Amino acid sequence: MIGIIRYGAGNIFSLTSALDRLGIAYGMVHTEADLKQCDRYIIPGVGHAGAAMKKLEQTGLVPAIKALQKPTLGICVGMQLMTAYSEEGDANLLHIFPNKTLKFKDSEHFKVPHTGWNRVHQEKENPLFAGIPNDAHFYYVHSYYIEYSDAYTLASTNYTLPYSASIWHNNFYGVQFHPEKSGVYGETLLANFSKI
Amino acid sequence: MENNQQTHIPITGGLAKRIIPCLDVKDGRTVKGVNFVDLRDAGDPVELAWNYSQQGADELVFLDITATHEKRKTLVELVKSVARQINIPFTIGGGINEIADADALLNAGADKISINSAAVRNPALIDELAKAFGVQFVIVAVDTRHVANTNIVHLNGGRIATDKETLTWIKEAESRGAGEILLTSMDHDGTKAGFDNSFLKVVNDAVRIPVIASGGAGNKQHFVDVFEKTNVDAALAASVFHYGEILIPDLKDVLRGHQIEVR
Repeated sequence: MIGIIRYGAGNIFSLTSALDRLGIAYGMVHTEADLKQCDRYIIPGVGHAGAAMKKLEQTGLVPAIKALQKPTLGICVGMQLMTAYSEEGDANLLHIFPNKTLKFKDSEHFKVPHTGWNRVHQEKENPLFAGIPNDAHFYYVHSYYIEYSDAYTLASTNYTLPYSASIWHNNFYGVQFHPEKSGVYGETLLANFSKI
Repeated sequence: MENNQQTHIPITGGLAKRIIPCLDVKDGRTVKGVNFVDLRDAGDPVELAWNYSQQGADELVFLDITATHEKRKTLVELVKSVARQINIPFTIGGGINEIADADALLNAGADKISINSAAVRNPALIDELAKAFGVQFVIVAVDTRHVANTNIVHLNGGRIATDKETLTWIKEAESRGAGEILLTSMDHDGTKAGFDNSFLKVVNDAVRIPVIASGGAGNKQHFVDVFEKTNVDAALAASVFHYGEILIPDLKDVLRGHQIEVR
């Protein structure tokens, strides 16, 4: 069963609806005891990364999340929380990944928030992207991005610059796009995660 | 990796131009005529939405024109049904006047809301919604008409003129926290003669948020034109999709043929 970490950052109806459509079992994680009931986890999140980190800290789950050994997928701000730092709210984050979350620079050709379907280029082989064509489009809505890193970037998207569309380190995975809103390939990714 | 070779990537990276069918909904049912062969119930917005998502629509807009006091309840139920079954983003518009309306729709699974006359009457609503839910949640819809060599914001489907000049209003909406602009040219709407490309280009060049073009789509070339001539982010249409005059996969093939990035 997937445990969805609940900390009050954003609506998860679309995510649970996608899991329902796929027939993937899930439950809500509010406490450390809840964590033990699950074999993998999703950290969702929309909104302000600094504010989201404060809410996550209030749950008391931060040490347990950092110590997780089972597959864990951060989505959007949920993935940004796994980095060391965000410019959004000048906030120190979970530091599961050493990378930083930065704001898109203002530039003539690129509107912010980055909104819509963009190509996701798989940089490494990973079961998370099994059955998904390279450079398939996924749905994005965000103004902050995780910097590209050879060590941790699993897939990249090019918007003003190449950045981390997906990150991966041991049991920790993150995606900046919204798989629950990304059509069939988004559903494939969620199904892949449920089997990792 | 199956494909490491460079594909044609335009200057804006791989960000696709979006094709958005718009559905008018009243009392939980679609109202405009729909002419899909495979639909069991053409009045069922969820089935119609699912059909569009399967065709490759990038996003959907539902405009609710229900006028009863049961409105919010009906709409929330509809949004839940759509969110349960549709795997692409969707926007709800029509009669959203306050934070509580938006909050109910967000919790029911709506990705964005669209506000129009409520924002004109009370511009601070844009700030409040953006602050409460984030700019990405707030589309400001603007209906515009050419009046005596200027562009004027109109309400009630283009029937009532306001005192607002359209570009000035759009820039104000952007500065207040609109995440996207849905711009409908009432002069072009229903004509099937093409989008208002000259004004759309002016608007698109003047703002830093995505612009959705609406009003005037009659054939596939009109979509090519609006993207090539104005560089807007998305194009919305209703009847050409509902009556099957344009099928989305065919439209995307044509756009791809013009090197326009699509999903």
